[in-house]
Amino acid sequence: MAEKILMKGNEAIAISAIRNGVDGYFGYPITPQSEVMETLMKEKPWETTGMVVLQAESETSSINMVYGGASCGKKVMTSSSSPGVSLMCEGISYMAGAELPCVVVDVMRGGPGLGTIQPSQSDYNQIVKGGGHGDYHNIVIAPASAQDMYDFVDWGFELAFKYRNPVVVLADGIIGQMMEKVEMHPMKPRRTDKEILETAPWATTGKPSTRERNIITSLSLDADIQERFNRKLKDKYRIIEETEVKYSEYMTEDAEYLFVAFGCSSRICEAVVDELRADGIKAGLLRPITLYPFPKDEIARLGRQVKSMMSVELNLGQMVEDVRLAVNGTCPVYFYGRQGGNIYTPEEIVAEFRKANGMA
Amino acid sequence: MSISIEEIKKPENIVYRKPALLTDNVMHYCPGCSHGTVHKLVAEVIEEMGIQDKTIGVCPVGCSVFAYNYIDIDWQEAAHGRAPALATATKRLCPDKYVFTYQGDGDLASIGTAEIIHACGRGENIVVIFINNGIYGMTGGQMAPTTLIGMKTATTPYGRDPKLNGFPLVIADMLAHLDGTAYITRQSVHTAPAARKAKSAIRKAFEYSQKGIGLSFVEIVSTCNSGWKMSPVDANKWMVEHMFAKYPIGDIKDVLNDK
Repeated sequence: MAEKILMKGNEAIAISAIRNGVDGYFGYPITPQSEVMETLMKEKPWETTGMVVLQAESETSSINMVYGGASCGKKVMTSSSSPGVSLMCEGISYMAGAELPCVVVDVMRGGPGLGTIQPSQSDYNQIVKGGGHGDYHNIVIAPASAQDMYDFVDWGFELAFKYRNPVVVLADGIIGQMMEKVEMHPMKPRRTDKEILETAPWATTGKPSTRERNIITSLSLDADIQERFNRKLKDKYRIIEETEVKYSEYMTEDAEYLFVAFGCSSRICEAVVDELRADGIKAGLLRPITLYPFPKDEIARLGRQVKSMMSVELNLGQMVEDVRLAVNGTCPVYFYGRQGGNIYTPEEIVAEFRKANGMA
Repeated sequence: MSISIEEIKKPENIVYRKPALLTDNVMHYCPGCSHGTVHKLVAEVIEEMGIQDKTIGVCPVGCSVFAYNYIDIDWQEAAHGRAPALATATKRLCPDKYVFTYQGDGDLASIGTAEIIHACGRGENIVVIFINNGIYGMTGGQMAPTTLIGMKTATTPYGRDPKLNGFPLVIADMLAHLDGTAYITRQSVHTAPAARKAKSAIRKAFEYSQKGIGLSFVEIVSTCNSGWKMSPVDANKWMVEHMFAKYPIGDIKDVLNDK
């Protein structure tokens, strides 16, 4: 049986990076995710796997270090929290434009501005809709446990290299700070130089006489060339939307009422569903695991099955807009949220549910 | 009897040729601009050291954003000012490679000051080629941090006034104070002897970058005759008289040779 260790979600990110053959981590301290780099520095992976770990002078610099490392075909990542990720959005846009693979972990806290250091999901729109300038998508995956934090690093790199696209692991302060048992999978070695040449022939690995020079850039001054590139990206996003949607469902088979929630909110909503079921109300839960691509088809299908839906988020109502687009008017879609770092209790959500559905 | 072109092109008559690493793409640089000469020197150094397959260049935002069109090596194109961050990760992840950035003064001395200072502070084993022409070229001749007092630009139409616009940054001297720098020099390419010295400096910087002794920084005081609104010849004269007074030519720091 695989080894299980009690650890924080943030620590799981760090341990997973080492154990999954990540080549480099570049970060800058910010609450509530500083344990990621602290754990990496304590583990000294450069002495074991050869992984590079570096504290940059800013988030701007750390994401651009990621750009440099990704340009070499390496598995490189960074992590931060909301204000820091705002600074990274320039670099993420450049990486989307240069079609570079990377994993960015965003452990969200309350905003806007400096906001709070408590958990929040208020950067859904920023990350799911792009974040930086230009027409692009991040692939966004939303962990709901420390185990997810561990597993999503490897999954994130798989997606990032499959599509040559930035992947954001969109977590929150609860998932980052909460301690849970995490199952360790067998170690994966870092890729060899030969494997990098095979899997990333586009990378800047030094030009031999046998190939053309490799250029990593997001620049084209010609409108037609840029438009062709934009359409190429659109084709890529279409394939991602067709192929990579992932969600989990809880008690939806006979559900008459559906909750939609991601990350920590989905864990809380499981308890809400149990509570309502105990009262004879057929509630269910859909948890989007990929936020981009969004599970719109399944939500649309459920929209024809249930009497109403409620999107539960730690923000003022962001994902609810995507739920309403998917449902397209076939059933009412309500919203309940808390902000500023406050977290709802299951009882609070049950009360809001009853009120919204005229059961109070 | 006249000599045919074919006669002249015989190998024994060739005294000068374009470096093999310079592509045949037509350069977009203005006539009189220093970039073309510096590109040629960089290409020559890489060719003569035989390190084409071990060199990764990082180009900036500015006129030399298209350096990747002209020198036949692998390139990364950075966001404005961020080249030293890209080079940092590239060198740390691929320590056997020669990694250099090629940046202008708007890129390096203005928006990219944090990146260059901290790359120097950490002692990254990279080469930085810094083109200082005292102006933003590509965006149309605006004031740079390196613009001289009194110099007219698109955003200092009455001349740079320190009360309004502050003072020029003398970047190379600032970086020389940092323990992580190994070699800091200031060169120019306006005459053949100057270009030869600049080439030696670039070669030394590339060699130092494999010694694990820190960052090597080659500033090239350059002309932007379009931005300065001068003929190439006048621009060279103006550079010698005015730019060299603020940015004197010569080695500033060399940890392997300083007493």
